[in-house]
Amino acid sequence: MKQKKPFIHPYIPNSAPSMKEEMLKVVGTSSIEDIYADIPENLRLRRSLNLPEPLLSEYELVRHIEGLLSKNKTTREYLSFLGAGCYQHHVPAVCDEINSRSEFLTAYAGEPYEDHGRFQALFEYESMMGELLNMEVVNVPTYDGYQAAATALRMAARITSRQQILTAGTIHPDRFSKILDYSRPDLIVEQLPYHRSSGLLDLDGLSQRISDRTAAVFIENPSYLGCIETQADQIASIAHAHGALCVVSVDPITLGVINPPVEYGADIVCGEIQSLGVHMYYGGGNGGFIATRDEEKFVMEFPSRLFGVASTVVEGEYGFGDVAYERTSFALREEGKEWVGTAAALWGITAGVYLALMGPQGMREIGAGILQRTRYAMKKIAQIPGVKVMFDQSHHFREFLVNFDDTGKKVSNVNKALLEHGIFGGKDVSQDFPDLGQSALYCVTEVHTQADIDGFVSVLKEVLQ
Amino acid sequence: MSQPIRSKPALRRFHQARWDEPVIFELSQPGQRGILIPEEAGIENEVGDVVASLPAYLQRKAPARLPEMSQLHVLRHYDRLSQENLGVDLNIDVGQGTCTMKYSPKVNDQLVRSSKLADLHPLQDETTVQGILKVMYRLEQFLKEISGMDRFTLQAGSGSVAIYTNVSMIRAYHARRGEAGNRDEVITTIFSHPSNAACAKTAGYKIITLYPDEDGYPDLEALKAAVSERTAALLITNPEDTGIFNPKIEEFVRIVHLAGGLCSYDQANANGILGVTRAREAGFDLCHFNLHKTFSTPHGCGGPGAGASGVTNELAPFLPVPTVEYDGVRYYLDYNRPQSIGKIRPFYGVVPNLLRAYAWIMSLGADGLREVAEIAVLNNNYLMKKVLEIRGVSAPYAQGKHRIEQVRYSWEKLTEETGVHSEEIGYRAADFGTHYWTSHHPYIVPEPMTLEPTESYSKADLDEYAAILAHIADEAYTQPETIHTAPHNSTVHRIEHETFDDPQAWAVTWRAYLRKAAQK
Repeated sequence: MKQKKPFIHPYIPNSAPSMKEEMLKVVGTSSIEDIYADIPENLRLRRSLNLPEPLLSEYELVRHIEGLLSKNKTTREYLSFLGAGCYQHHVPAVCDEINSRSEFLTAYAGEPYEDHGRFQALFEYESMMGELLNMEVVNVPTYDGYQAAATALRMAARITSRQQILTAGTIHPDRFSKILDYSRPDLIVEQLPYHRSSGLLDLDGLSQRISDRTAAVFIENPSYLGCIETQADQIASIAHAHGALCVVSVDPITLGVINPPVEYGADIVCGEIQSLGVHMYYGGGNGGFIATRDEEKFVMEFPSRLFGVASTVVEGEYGFGDVAYERTSFALREEGKEWVGTAAALWGITAGVYLALMGPQGMREIGAGILQRTRYAMKKIAQIPGVKVMFDQSHHFREFLVNFDDTGKKVSNVNKALLEHGIFGGKDVSQDFPDLGQSALYCVTEVHTQADIDGFVSVLKEVLQ
Repeated sequence: MSQPIRSKPALRRFHQARWDEPVIFELSQPGQRGILIPEEAGIENEVGDVVASLPAYLQRKAPARLPEMSQLHVLRHYDRLSQENLGVDLNIDVGQGTCTMKYSPKVNDQLVRSSKLADLHPLQDETTVQGILKVMYRLEQFLKEISGMDRFTLQAGSGSVAIYTNVSMIRAYHARRGEAGNRDEVITTIFSHPSNAACAKTAGYKIITLYPDEDGYPDLEALKAAVSERTAALLITNPEDTGIFNPKIEEFVRIVHLAGGLCSYDQANANGILGVTRAREAGFDLCHFNLHKTFSTPHGCGGPGAGASGVTNELAPFLPVPTVEYDGVRYYLDYNRPQSIGKIRPFYGVVPNLLRAYAWIMSLGADGLREVAEIAVLNNNYLMKKVLEIRGVSAPYAQGKHRIEQVRYSWEKLTEETGVHSEEIGYRAADFGTHYWTSHHPYIVPEPMTLEPTESYSKADLDEYAAILAHIADEAYTQPETIHTAPHNSTVHRIEHETFDDPQAWAVTWRAYLRKAAQK
C-alpha cells in the first residue's frame, strides 16, 4: 500500500522531497532511476517487495516485538539446569553498562588514532586473559569456542606440518561437527575411546593411536560431560613424546581455582568466553579465545587480529595497533592464515570488564563456589532412588550426567514433567551418547542456591514416583 | 560585551578525549573488589573444600594477577576508554566504505536487552521459546523475499562466516555429485571482499582472481579463460567494492553454470539495491547478507555481527543444522537433515542481532527498504560530486557513470604532488572527529579511499565530511608537515609502529610487555 504522505522516515534524513531534489540537482540528474542505469532491465524488480506492512511508529514496533517476546519463558522465570555449551552466570551490571556505551557499541574498524579506546580495551582483555591463562599471546576474540577450537587445531597442523588430530570420544558433538566441517580437507580428526567408569580419556587408546602423523591431541577440560580431565598432564606428555602439540579447550571461569592448561603442558589453549559477563541470548552470546606462548612460530599462525602495545612520539603515552598484520587475510587475501572478519570484539571488551570486576579473589571464589555446588547437587541427586550420577568418582565442574535408566523413565518424559513444575531439566544426551542410556547433562553455577537444589531434588523425587 | 556571539568556523574545533589513561593493571589497589559472589554457607559446610580434593597439579596456587579495583574505578576506566572511541553515533561514519556504517536504532538495542531474550537458554523446551523462534522464522521469510532465494540459515556470526558456510555447502554439493576431487578451483574478483578468496582457500580450493577490464568492470573474457571442468564456484560481489554494478552479471553466472560450477553472491554491498535487483533473477545458487551492514545491527567495535546465507532449493539440503520450521501451529528446530554440512557455530546464530534485523525490517517495510536503497545511492553520488571537486583526488574507472552505494577513490595525484599518503589523510581526519580508512589490500587503486555514505547521513553531514577532506587536501599542498605529524587533537600521537612487526618487541599482553621491557 502506498503512503499518502511523502515517506519521511526517522532513520533516513534525506528522505524529505525538497532535499532529494536539491541533491539530485547537484548530482546532475533528475531521477534516482538514472543512477541504476547499469542494472539491466531484466534484472530489475519491477514490483514492491512482498513484506508485512511496516510498524512505522516506534510505539507500534515496541508493542509488536514485546508481544512476540512475551511468549518466551526465561531462566529467570523457570529454574534452569541447562548448560551444554551455554551457561547461566550472573552478568554484572557494569558489563552491560560498558557494552551499551554507544562509543563501543556502534564503532567498527576504527584506527588507533580515532578509536584508541577499543584498542586499549581489547589489549587489556587479551592481557587479563593472559593472566588467567599464564600465557603471553591471546587473540582479539574469534566468533565462539567452536571456531577457536577449529582454528587452534588448524594452527597446530600448520605448525607441525602434520594432519591427524586425536580427540576424546566425550567431545561435545556439535563442536566435533564444527571441527570436521572446518578442517576439511586438510585434517583427519579421530575420536579416542574413554573409560566408561570415569568418563576420562583412555590413555592406552591414545598411546595406540598416536604416531608421528599426529599434529595435536585435543581435550576439553572440563569435558562436555563435566569431568575434570585429571590425566591432562599425562596426555600432554604423550603428545609431546610423539612431537604432537597438546591443545586444550577450557572455560576461563574455571581458572580461578584450576591450574591453567599451560601449567600441565598445553601448547595452544582455546575456549568460549560467554561465561565472562555475556548473557545467554538464546545461545547467541559467544566469543572464542586462542592463546599461545609468545613464540614467532605460534604467533604467525593466528588468523585473528592481535592488538599490541607500543610507544608513541610522546613520552609516557601508550599506543596500540595490530601485531604481525601481514599474516592476515585482510593483508594477503588467500595467502593469509585462514580468514579474519567481524567476530566478537564487544564481548571481548565485556569479558575484560568482567575480569577486572572479579579480580583474583572473585575468580577464586566463583570457581570454588561452583565446584561446591556441583558436588552438592551430585550428592543430593544421587540419593534419589533409581537415579544415578554417572562418573561420580571423577571431579566435576559445573556439569554432570544424571542417569534415569533404573527409574524406567525416559529423560524426555522426566523433563516434560519437570517443565510443569517450572523447571528446565538437564540436556537429554541419550541420542548423542546412546551407550550412556537415558542420561541428562545437568548444570549448576553460582546462581543456584542451596534452596534451588534442594527444591529441585524434592520435585524430581515426586516426578519419578 | 561580546554579543552577538560570532558564528562558528567552517570546520569544527574538535578535540578528542585524552584521558591519558593507564593500562588497567596500573590501577590495581591491593584488596579492592569490583563485585562480590553469592555464597552458600550450607553447601560449603556440607561438601567442604572441594578445591583441595583436586589433584595437586590441577590446583591453582598463585592467584591470577588480575587487577584489584573497586566497582566505580572499573567503570570509570572503561567509561574513559569509551570516550576515546567514536562510533556511528558520534561521527559522520562514511569513511569505512564497504562496511555500510548506518544508524542502529536505539529502540532495537533496548528490545534486545529484554530479559525475555537475554535470559533464554538455547536448549529450553521449544514450547517456552515460541516467540524468538517466530522472529527467526519470519526473518528468514523476509530475507527470502528480499533476495528471491528459497531458504536461509541465520547462523553465521558474520559475513565471512556466511561466505565460509556457502563454500562449505558448495563443497558438499559437488561431493554429493561425485565431483569433489575434480572441482578444486574457485573464481573471484579482486574487488570482491578478501574473505571470498580467503574462505575458499581455507576450505581447500585453489583461487583464481579476476582483475577488472579498463573501465573497472569485471572482465568477462578473463572469466571465460578461467572457467573449466575444475571450476567449483564463482564467488562475487555486485556492486563491487568500487561501487560499480556489473551489468553482465547474468552472463557471468551463465558461463560458470555451463562449466558446471555454482555461483555465490556476496551481498555485503546490498544496501544500495534493496528492492531494486535480487540474487535470484541474476541466477545465483547462493548468496549472503551481512545483517550488521545492510540490516543495521551495530558493529560492536568489530562484532558480533551476523550473517545470513541464502540458497536455492537445490542447495537447501546442505544447510547447517538446525533450521527453524513452522508446521502451522508451532515453531520448531529441525535437526533431521541428513545431507547437512553440520554445525558451523554453537546453537542457532547471533540471536540478539537477528532480533535487531527483524525489528529494523519491520520498522521500514517494502517502501522503506526501497527508500533506504535510493537514498544510499543518492547520498553516494552527491558525495562523489563534492569529493571530486577536491584537488588531488579522482574516481578511477567507469568515467562519467554514476556509482551505486560507494566509491573507491584515489589520491594518487595528491601523493605524487605532495608526498602525502592516503593513510596519513586518515591520521589527520581524526583531528576533526571522524573516521577514515584507506581500503582493503591490495591497493589496485593507488592511494585508495572508499567512502560509503549510506542512507543515515544528512546532506549537511556529507558537506562536512567533504569539507574536512578538502581542508586536509589543501594542507597537503600548503603545509604537508601538519599532516605528516598528525594527529594533533586526538587521544594519542603518532605510534611507533615498527614494534608490531618485531618479535623481540611486540607485546600482545601486558605480561609480555613487562617481560620484554625488563630485558631492555
